[in-house]
Amino acid sequence: MSEVKTVENMVAITIDGKTYHAKEGEYILNAARANDVFIPAICYLTRCSPTLACRLCLVEADGKQVYACNAKVKEGMEITVDTPNILAERRAIMEVYDVNHPLQCGVCDKSGECELQNYTLELAVDSQSYAIPDTKREVKDWSSVLHYDAGLCIVCERCTTVCKDMIGDAAIGTTKRGGEALDKSYKETMPKDAYAMWNKLQKSIIAPSNGTDFTDCSDCGECTAVCPVGALTGRDFVYASNAWELERVPATCAHCSSGCQIYYEKKHTSVFDRSEKIYRVTNEWNYVSLCGAGRYGYDFENRIEGKDEAAFNAAIEAFKKAESIRFNSVITNEEALMLQTFKEKMGVKLVNPDARAFQKFLSTYAKAAGQSLYSYDFKEVMATDFVISIGAALRNDNPNARYAFNNVQKMNKGAGLYFHPVGDTLVPTFGKNVEVVTHKVGQEEAALYLILDLFADKEKLPKEVKAYLDGFKSTATKTVKEKVMKEVTESVIDEETGEEKTVTKKVPEMVEKEVTVERNGLVEILGKESDAFAETFEKMMKKKERFSMIIGEDLYFHEKAENIARLVALIEQTTPVRVAMIPPKTNSLGVALICDLDEEATGYTVGYNENGDFRLSALGDGDLDMPAMNQQEGTLTNMHKRVTPTNAALEFKGYELNDLMKVLTGAPELTVDWTEKLPTDKGFKTAKFDDLPNGYLNDGTENRGYALENITCKAEDISVEPFDEKSVLEGEIVYRCNPQRQFNDFSDKAHEIFEGFGLYASPAKAEMLGEKVEIDFGERSITVDVIVDDRMEGEITALADFRSAADVYGLFGNARYRKVTMRKV
Amino acid sequence: MGLEQFKNRNVGQQNYVMLDLEHTPQTGMGKFRQVVRRTFKAELFVGLWVTMREMINALFRGQMHTVKYPLEKLPISPRYRAIHEMLRLLESGHYRCIGCGLCEKICISNCITMDTRYDENQRKEVSEYTINFGRCIFCGYCAEVCPELAIVHGPRYETASEQRASFSLFEDMLTPIDKLNLQQEYDGFGAVTPNADENIKKTPLAY
Repeated sequence: MSEVKTVENMVAITIDGKTYHAKEGEYILNAARANDVFIPAICYLTRCSPTLACRLCLVEADGKQVYACNAKVKEGMEITVDTPNILAERRAIMEVYDVNHPLQCGVCDKSGECELQNYTLELAVDSQSYAIPDTKREVKDWSSVLHYDAGLCIVCERCTTVCKDMIGDAAIGTTKRGGEALDKSYKETMPKDAYAMWNKLQKSIIAPSNGTDFTDCSDCGECTAVCPVGALTGRDFVYASNAWELERVPATCAHCSSGCQIYYEKKHTSVFDRSEKIYRVTNEWNYVSLCGAGRYGYDFENRIEGKDEAAFNAAIEAFKKAESIRFNSVITNEEALMLQTFKEKMGVKLVNPDARAFQKFLSTYAKAAGQSLYSYDFKEVMATDFVISIGAALRNDNPNARYAFNNVQKMNKGAGLYFHPVGDTLVPTFGKNVEVVTHKVGQEEAALYLILDLFADKEKLPKEVKAYLDGFKSTATKTVKEKVMKEVTESVIDEETGEEKTVTKKVPEMVEKEVTVERNGLVEILGKESDAFAETFEKMMKKKERFSMIIGEDLYFHEKAENIARLVALIEQTTPVRVAMIPPKTNSLGVALICDLDEEATGYTVGYNENGDFRLSALGDGDLDMPAMNQQEGTLTNMHKRVTPTNAALEFKGYELNDLMKVLTGAPELTVDWTEKLPTDKGFKTAKFDDLPNGYLNDGTENRGYALENITCKAEDISVEPFDEKSVLEGEIVYRCNPQRQFNDFSDKAHEIFEGFGLYASPAKAEMLGEKVEIDFGERSITVDVIVDDRMEGEITALADFRSAADVYGLFGNARYRKVTMRKV
Repeated sequence: MGLEQFKNRNVGQQNYVMLDLEHTPQTGMGKFRQVVRRTFKAELFVGLWVTMREMINALFRGQMHTVKYPLEKLPISPRYRAIHEMLRLLESGHYRCIGCGLCEKICISNCITMDTRYDENQRKEVSEYTINFGRCIFCGYCAEVCPELAIVHGPRYETASEQRASFSLFEDMLTPIDKLNLQQEYDGFGAVTPNADENIKKTPLAY
């Protein structure tokens, strides 16, 4: 998708007599869509594997009927979209889809956005030739957010495909419907593909794949987004509003650093309350997949009655006497720039713990690598076929990093290496070539050295590093059993002639053999069997060409983060592996680039959505109310190294930060007037906010905002230190990590996000801990509920950090793992 | 096809009687003669007699033509578009509205608003419905678009009120349940055509 369109990888194809250019190896359907040629298809999803459920995309390619979603383009291919036979097939397929489909379009939540309706009209189905008795299909609520009306389902399997290929939960699948068998006579009279499709359709229905009535998944709701009919909906949206009544506001999701494109869909609250309300969040699901926080965490707006002048004046006073300003990364680039300008003029300290750690890491990396930003965005990661993840709790930290990791396994026949101290039962299910290394806390450096050892071009490595790596190697002899083909000569008497003959046969025999194997001490340190790992790794490496590495927050908050940053740069320099980083919070990357951050807050502190002596808050609980992210316009810098615009979905009646700045330092009229002032020496562009696009092109090109420029400088010679066994933590360890769908106070405020604040533990560990525990961090302690996370494994527990009032960042300090003592309460 | 039918512009029944009228006198003498003739012909009494006759017919023979509004009202055409009514299903008494929102969408003066919800019986319930009659222009689009003939125009044309903008809620417009037997089927815009049956194509059903 993100590959550059060069002449070499383009082929010329002809569709209905016109010549088009398409990427080599692309499916016909995608090539046609990229060139604005319409081929009907219901079941196909752009970034997932073809399902072949609907068979509508039948086309004729070089005289043969093929499915456009499943056939790849070839140089000079001649494609005809409609032939009489294909038209007959399509018409029959649409008639079959309409058999027994409830005629309740009037109340259906799809309200006209229905693909079944569209294709029925497109293919001019005005009569029905087929019939079969209907089966009773129950309406079910699969989870706290998913609503499934089986009666409306056309079993296109788009939901199951996206859940498996993109999301990685594989929480839903097809199951038996118990429908009646088709009338035999149809087999002769019906078009062939339509009959086959009907035969399959009549047998199946969608259900949770764990065999219960409830899905065991991350509640991302992507299945509801891709559903072409009204079968899958968010529970809160069922019969709440017609789609056409809702106004779509293009925005950028403000929960995590992924910065996904979303639309807030809003209208008045009710007949009596005319103030606007967001009803749902939708996305361009062919090009971007949301997580549960993005889709359901939308109602975090700060509703206030009007401007509170007294509070505003108090805020001015507070800013004037402030020694430091504490804020977090749920903030736009413009606001970050305002704070930076304020710092430059008034000399306050800016404190933002998550961005600070990332900033230090990034700048060390930048110096060593000779470029201001990491090499890959996550779309490029998705295009690789070998992906490594280090230092990120993939399931929790960033949904899009996880989707990329999963998608590589499913779509590119890829392989994955997952290094993390917290055991996870989901990651291994992403693919059969996923190797999970559950190492000890603090061994991240060893993992990076292992990657150097596995992938590096040994010529390029600095001598000390090479020697250091060789120091881990040892040879040992091992007895292995081997199958050897042995020749055996026998004399046989021919029964007919009575002559004696000698026959040589090959007989397999097991032979014990002494072999010398190379042991890799690094693998053993990380807790894996060296030989077994070498064998799996060899299998994983088969036919792999492009390599990527995702690194996460664990590394930025590592005791030896600087050494790690240099190691990462060294990996990029000496191996084909390219790195993508996950910024810890929403706009950590933007803040890290724009602001000069300080370590500690001192003296009188103004907190912006954080604790402080004077609190500006978009949560409605501060001294001065601020607009929440769905009430303000501005730009966010996401982990794909893009500056993306977001618009205000709801009105905010109070003061903005810009109003404060107007009084304090002087500021332009609007917040978005700051957009063009973002620092160009950090890679930003002088673009006006109103000129920034926010959408996708038909071929999947991301046309949102602009990409940050990766500024190159001269790389320094990288010197890395060996890793230190002393930094390994053992004992009772708590990990700072949010549950899925929780990222900050705003996701917490949303009414459809139910994950609570507390200590998450594996089922076994939770049983040991009881219902409530007091976690003693030494200086301070916190008492929290223990919550079971079925997908966690092992002894390490995870303490959520999304509630800023609990100051979990303060408890952990500059680390993400802490050794603690726990007491039952 | 001939065009004769289009050329005959005399729509309806014609019972015109040509009056035998004399020519208007042109000269002064002619005018004088007409005045003298009319004065002495006692035509005045012809007129008085007509009045007298009609009075007697009206008062004593029951041939009164005046409608005593507001005690009496003229019947109006089913196509007349006055204040809306919400009809009920005759069999169950449940309101016909399914909450599809088409009337809300088509309303050109944006005066219809509705709230719907998912009810306990897994149906779409219309929880609130209102028409702002201060803005309604009685165009009839809502009745025409309604797939269920649930919202129709009724004959209530007296809309004078103390306030210019008066609202109507669902209950105000809904046929009272005890008067369900009096509910009239609507023949105005959007009603089923008399030959609807002929235009229907049957779907094969396996049961």
